[in-house]
Parts: sequence; structure tokens; C-alpha cells
Amino acid sequence: MQPAQTEPIKAEVAGLNFFYGRLQALKNINLLFPANKVAAIIGPSGCGKSTLLRCFNRIHDLYPETRYEGKIILQPSGINLIGAETDPLEMRMRMSMVFQKPNAFPKSIFENVAFGLRLRGVKGRELLDQVEKSLRLAALWDEVKDRLKQSAFTLSGGQQQRLCIARALATEPEMLLFDEPTSALDPIATSKIEDLIFDLKSRVTVIIVTHNMQQAARVSDFTAFMYLGELIEVSPTRKMFENPSNKLTEDYITGHFG
Amino acid sequence: MSDFKRIIAKRKRQDLVFKLIGILCTLVGIVTLGALLVDLIADGIGRLDLGFLTSFPSRFAERAGILSSWVGTLLIMIVTAFTAVPLGVAAGVYLEEYAGKNWLTNLIEINIANLAGVPSIIYGLMALGLLVYKFRLGQSVLTGGLTLAFLILPIVIVATREALRTIPQGIRESAYALGSTKWQVVRHHLLPYSVGGTMTGIIIALSRAIGETAPLITIGALTFIAFLPPPPVQAAPPFISFDWLWSPFSVLPIQMFNWVSRPDQEFVVNAAAAGLVLILVTLSLNAIAIIIRYRVRKRIKW
Repeated sequence: MQPAQTEPIKAEVAGLNFFYGRLQALKNINLLFPANKVAAIIGPSGCGKSTLLRCFNRIHDLYPETRYEGKIILQPSGINLIGAETDPLEMRMRMSMVFQKPNAFPKSIFENVAFGLRLRGVKGRELLDQVEKSLRLAALWDEVKDRLKQSAFTLSGGQQQRLCIARALATEPEMLLFDEPTSALDPIATSKIEDLIFDLKSRVTVIIVTHNMQQAARVSDFTAFMYLGELIEVSPTRKMFENPSNKLTEDYITGHFG
Repeated sequence: MSDFKRIIAKRKRQDLVFKLIGILCTLVGIVTLGALLVDLIADGIGRLDLGFLTSFPSRFAERAGILSSWVGTLLIMIVTAFTAVPLGVAAGVYLEEYAGKNWLTNLIEINIANLAGVPSIIYGLMALGLLVYKFRLGQSVLTGGLTLAFLILPIVIVATREALRTIPQGIRESAYALGSTKWQVVRHHLLPYSVGGTMTGIIIALSRAIGETAPLITIGALTFIAFLPPPPVQAAPPFISFDWLWSPFSVLPIQMFNWVSRPDQEFVVNAAAAGLVLILVTLSLNAIAIIIRYRVRKRIKW
């Protein structure tokens, strides 16, 4: 079910359980994420797909009574992302996340992208260059280059989301995590973001959580289907949508539930 | 069909009746306030001139002014603001962003809400016992300012927390996801984004403090004072002096109270004029609060 072992692996999830208080939201997840590929995680609401994604930057640690068990090994460093000895702050500095809503900060367009860099002590010319580079990567530079000082709130929803992608790319993360990044956007903005995600995998390993199956089919190399906190099936995307091996996956994909 | 018309007409009449009652109730408040203001202006405006603002109180009503009391009010407000704002904002940020949710923080939360409702004279008694007798701060500007700071602290805390709560959780998560520490999230995001609500709360709190009389009388503010505190800047090094903190003081509402309680009608006119000054200051503070809120809302829409 997993991608061929010859590919370089970026992250390995092994025996992952996750709890909100007494509620177990993830049950024994085992999954490999090959480097420089786009992985889609699909499944009905409440299946744990966002919960799994949010383990990767330890955002769960912001909330009380959350608990991890198992391992997420990040390669090539071999660090256990969710280990007790691992500083969540370090993981957040190595990962980037783009959220469902475009959470642009009420600051200027420039400052939005620069914020993560400033946290890392980047200054002066390097800061300017890195901001420009990130905005270009996010296909936003031409639209904003003359108005970098304006508030990010002057941008449209789709532009704001690409700004958030630029912000996420600026810090050169090891993995880019997308949590339903287009669910608040119109179809044109959505297709721009999808193109972007597809192009980004040459530089970074991408995980995208989506409830839009066409989106998963369009952007991802392989897809994981989750249901009730369990990983049901992982397959190359094409196979998953043409010939799923699990009955549950087939029912979900064909719209029988979810 | 005629039945329908009758029922509709009846219900429309009920609607109209309530509308009239509503207008009446609204007017009671507004008309009273308006009448009060008009009365105050009619009584006081004739007495309000530069001499009134630059004269000390006097035995003679026509020579008496509010110099010492408005300076006192100003200094007290400075002490109050410089104490209550950092304390209140820091406490609000701590409770909202740092503190865990357990029985202890719940208890603190409930008690802060209660503190906002404690009668101001109780704060006066507390300050008299603690600041005047225990810490020997004297019946000074410092004591007065601190007393009012205690009084408005809960308001500032509550305003800060409410302002923080309006910031969407997604903004926090985004800032954390970039690798911010809690302090960086607070410093670079939450405080700047909540400044509108917090400032509004602070100004409303100050405009409440500015009219307080009871706690200041309790700690022993003077009702008649014919000198000013030492100036905060001086010609000789170190140029800045904090001696004014230890000076005795009076404030506008106490001056008014003193004048009103005199039998002589001319002093009552003085009180009206002083009241006018106080109301003008309060209204301008509120206007500033509205302007800030408006400007921030224009800039930040979640």
C-alpha cells in the first residue's frame, strides 16, 4: 500500500495515537511521507485528518489535555517530532502551515511575509530578498509589488491565501502543511492555489488535508483515506480514485457517505 | 376576511402602543441628561473664564477658582493611568492567554468581575488602611492615584480580556505556526490587534475615575488648597522631580462638593462652573475613545 521503499522518505508516522482528553482522535496511524511529493489526506468530517496534520507542527500543544503516543520521525534528521524531548517551538520553526481561512495578519503585505523571517533574525537586504522570493513563489509578486506597504486586508480572499502561502514558504520549511486551504475560496482562486501546490513539491514535501476529492485527485501524488480516527487506505492517487482496494474508500469516493 | 382585517388592525395597534412606550422610556433618560446639562451650562457658563481656571479657591466666591483642583485631578489621573494600565493589561493578558483553565483561575475570574462592582468608598477605606497608615504614603497625590488605580483595575482587566477575545483563534495559531513564542504572539500580534478595545476600556475607566469623590475624601484629600504641587520639571539638574507625588491635593469633584455645601448661592454657581469643566473633560475622553475605536475598526475587520 505504501510508496516504494526506494524513494527518500521525509516523514514516517509510526503507531501514532492522539487524544483530546479522554477522546482518542487518532488510532494507530502508520504512514510514510516520501520527500518532495504531495500527499492528500481525505475523509469525512471528524475523521481525524486535520488532527493528524496538526501533529506535524505541534499546534495541539497550545491546548490543554492533548496527548500524543507513538512516533513521527522526520528525515534526514531522525528527530521524533512528537517526542517529549522535542521542543514544539523548534518543530513549528521547521514546518509551515496554511490554514483553512486565510489568516493574514492585520499588518502590511510585506510584514505578513517578513514576520516569520524576523523571528529567525533575518534582517536588511536578505529580508527584502527573501520576502520578494517568497511572494514570487506564491505567484503573488506581480499583483502586490507596488503596494507592499498596504494592509493585507486590502487583498481579496484568494490573494490573502496566497499571501499566507508566501508567509509559509518564506521560512523555507521542511514540510508544508495545508489544512483545507481552499474551502473558503471561489473556484478561480482555488485553481490558482492548486496549481501552486502542484509546483511547490519540487522544493518541499507537502501534505494537504481536503474534503474535496477532486482537489486531492488534481494535486496529490498519493492519497490517504481516514475514517473515524483510523487510516483506512493509502494508495497512489490515481489508483485510489480508479480502483480503491477498500470497500469503505470506494463508498466514500463514490459519494455513498461523508 | 373582515375578521382578518380586524385582527390585523388590533395587532398593529399593540405594535404602536409599545413603540410609543419605548420612545417615552428612551426620552426619560435623554431628556433628564439634557436638562441637567442645560441647567449646568445656564448656571455655570457665566462664571467660566480664564480667571476661574487660574485662581486658587478663596473665601470670596467671585475670586475663587479651580486651579489647584484641576491640577490635582490631572496629576491623580496621570498616576492612576500609569499604574492601572500596565497592571490591568498585563493581568488581562495573563488571564486570557497564559493561565490554564482550572478552579483557581475561575475563582480569580469571578472575583475580578465582583471587584468591578465593589462600592468606591470601600476602596477608599482599603487605601486609607493600607497606603496611608501601613505604607505611610501620606494623604498625597500618589495615594490618591493608586486608590483610583485599584478602583479601575478590574475594568481595565475585563476590557483587555474582552478585546483579546475578539481576535480570531486562527490568527493566534498562524502566529504560533511560524514559530513564535507566547510572548512574541502577545507582543507582535495580540496587543497591537486589541489596542482599540483595550484603549476604549482604559479611557472609559479613567472617565469613571475622574468623577470619583468618596474614596479620595476617605484617604484625606483636602477640600481647600491654595498652592500647587511642586512642578515635575525644574531648572536645575536632574531637571525632573517626583516631589509632586507626595504633595497634598484636591480634585474637581471634591471642590464642587465643597462649594455646593455652602449656603452662599454664588458658591453654588462656582460649583456649576466646575461641574461644567468636569463634564467637558469626561465627554472629550469619551470622544477620544469613540474615535480610537472607529479608526481601529476601519483598519482591522475580522
